[in-house]
Amino acid sequence: MKIAVCVKAVPDAATGRRLDPATKRLARSGDLTLSDFDSHAVEEALKLKEATGDGEVVIVSMGPEKAMDALRKALAMGADRAVLVSDEALAGSDLVGTAKALAGALGREEADLVLFGQQSADGDGACLWAAVAEHLRRPTISQAAELTVEDGSVTGKRQTEFGYDTIRARLPAVVAVSDAINEPRYPSLKGIMGAKRKPQETLSAADVGGAADATTTVLALNPPPARGDSRRVEDDGNGAQAILEFLAEKRLV
Amino acid sequence: MAKILVFLEHHGNELQKGALGVLSKAAQLGGDVAGVVVGEGARAVADEAGKFGASLVFAAEDPRLAAPLPQPRVDVLAKLVRDEGFDTVLFAQSVLAADVAGALSARLEAGLNWDLVDIVADGDGFIGKRPALADSVFADVAWTSTPRLALFRSGSFDANATGGSAEVRGLEVELEDFSTLTELVSQEEEESTGPSIEDADVIVAGGRGLGDPEKFALVEDLARALGGAVGATRAVVDAGWYPYASQVGQTGKSVSPKLYVAVGISGAIQHKVGMQSSNVIVSINKDPNAPIFEYSDLGVVGDLHEIVPKLTELVRSRKGS
Repeated sequence: MKIAVCVKAVPDAATGRRLDPATKRLARSGDLTLSDFDSHAVEEALKLKEATGDGEVVIVSMGPEKAMDALRKALAMGADRAVLVSDEALAGSDLVGTAKALAGALGREEADLVLFGQQSADGDGACLWAAVAEHLRRPTISQAAELTVEDGSVTGKRQTEFGYDTIRARLPAVVAVSDAINEPRYPSLKGIMGAKRKPQETLSAADVGGAADATTTVLALNPPPARGDSRRVEDDGNGAQAILEFLAEKRLV
Repeated sequence: MAKILVFLEHHGNELQKGALGVLSKAAQLGGDVAGVVVGEGARAVADEAGKFGASLVFAAEDPRLAAPLPQPRVDVLAKLVRDEGFDTVLFAQSVLAADVAGALSARLEAGLNWDLVDIVADGDGFIGKRPALADSVFADVAWTSTPRLALFRSGSFDANATGGSAEVRGLEVELEDFSTLTELVSQEEEESTGPSIEDADVIVAGGRGLGDPEKFALVEDLARALGGAVGATRAVVDAGWYPYASQVGQTGKSVSPKLYVAVGISGAIQHKVGMQSSNVIVSINKDPNAPIFEYSDLGVVGDLHEIVPKLTELVRSRKGS
């Protein structure tokens, strides 16, 4: 079975994520790292490959050239090769443009299963897989916390607002996994050493038939609305009373 | 004037409160506001939307739409938007709605702004308000073309029943071949002991400061007294103290109730992003340096095991009086 895993190289949370005031986009000048959410998708792909004993795991991403450094972590975990769509013409793509470009790259791969993480770690987006599945005209399951593949279909169990749904989709399919699905492995030293020699391909906008489509725009960046005054009391036995009076004042009880 | 369509998710025989909140907001924005209900029992619940500001509600009922799966809904919405010329489609956040909105964006090449907490009119268009980077920045976002799609964070708007009525129109359903390749195998309803955190006006949430899982009873008692739902931090959900459905924060749910009571929660950034847009935040923690105090309206430094039971009693006796 061939599995493609769509991942995002994101600015490291530790070194700080910030927005570029000029472009109003996320600043990507610093180091990029494999999104934690996506490492769960990589892990699940590797487990599925190990369970069947054969197949291929391809990492697919879109981002600046240096994003390849972050994809190498997925290779170090055990993925077989990486494909990065990287083109200045695609910088600033929003959901519409990104979905098209990724679908173009995935179209060249024809994987049996395409996996995503549950959300982007920097932009909090949680719907790219649905847009990609639409372009690929494939069935989709999101937020899967358990996954099984058998008899030409994939079955996922997920939590919704109302309980647990078990959903089955015919392969080829697109599945987004939740971070509850597994614990991603740490790359071994051997894996890290071997990653550099694994195939790493960069595709242009022309290769994937995409161009930056921005159907959305950021007009302004503002500070968060200020909260009112913050009151602090030490509990001297009257803490509960103080809360009740506060709630009464706010007409909340 | 904008022509707005609101995706009205329903479960059983009820329209979801989040969707009705978005509908109420759309009605305030003015213009023609219609709703669409898709799935089993759609017709039965459709006219309820009239009370919340829809003048017209489309209902699509078909056996192939019974399961809560996104792709058949995308087919229904895409056709409706094209046929009726809607220029704006609004969604309230849910597992289902996010998938529908994402796929509809691809189908219609329509811009989608997600995680919005507000929307305001701007000339012929709209500006959305979107918290970003752990809510440290509030971006004004817009659309460069129509249709415009927007997905709103849970609890962004109150559902206001104004008492109007809606015309209900049935929809013909035509599905794409790939929309029928997914099936619902089984569904387990979660045993719920109270309102879900997305729908609750009051949330009492517990964190590791409770000490042990049994102490969640303190949180549950206070939630019951206040008529609210129980929330939990990632740490205690990971530790198996409380179910994931109650998890508030980055990998859980974002909520904005009228009142959020944080009990034994230090308030790390991952939790903060999920609850800081609550109207009023009250926190109880024994650590005076807990970050939660920085964004609480009222912070009480003290032992929750003393304060919470007392507060529960006080609330009960006040309500009883």
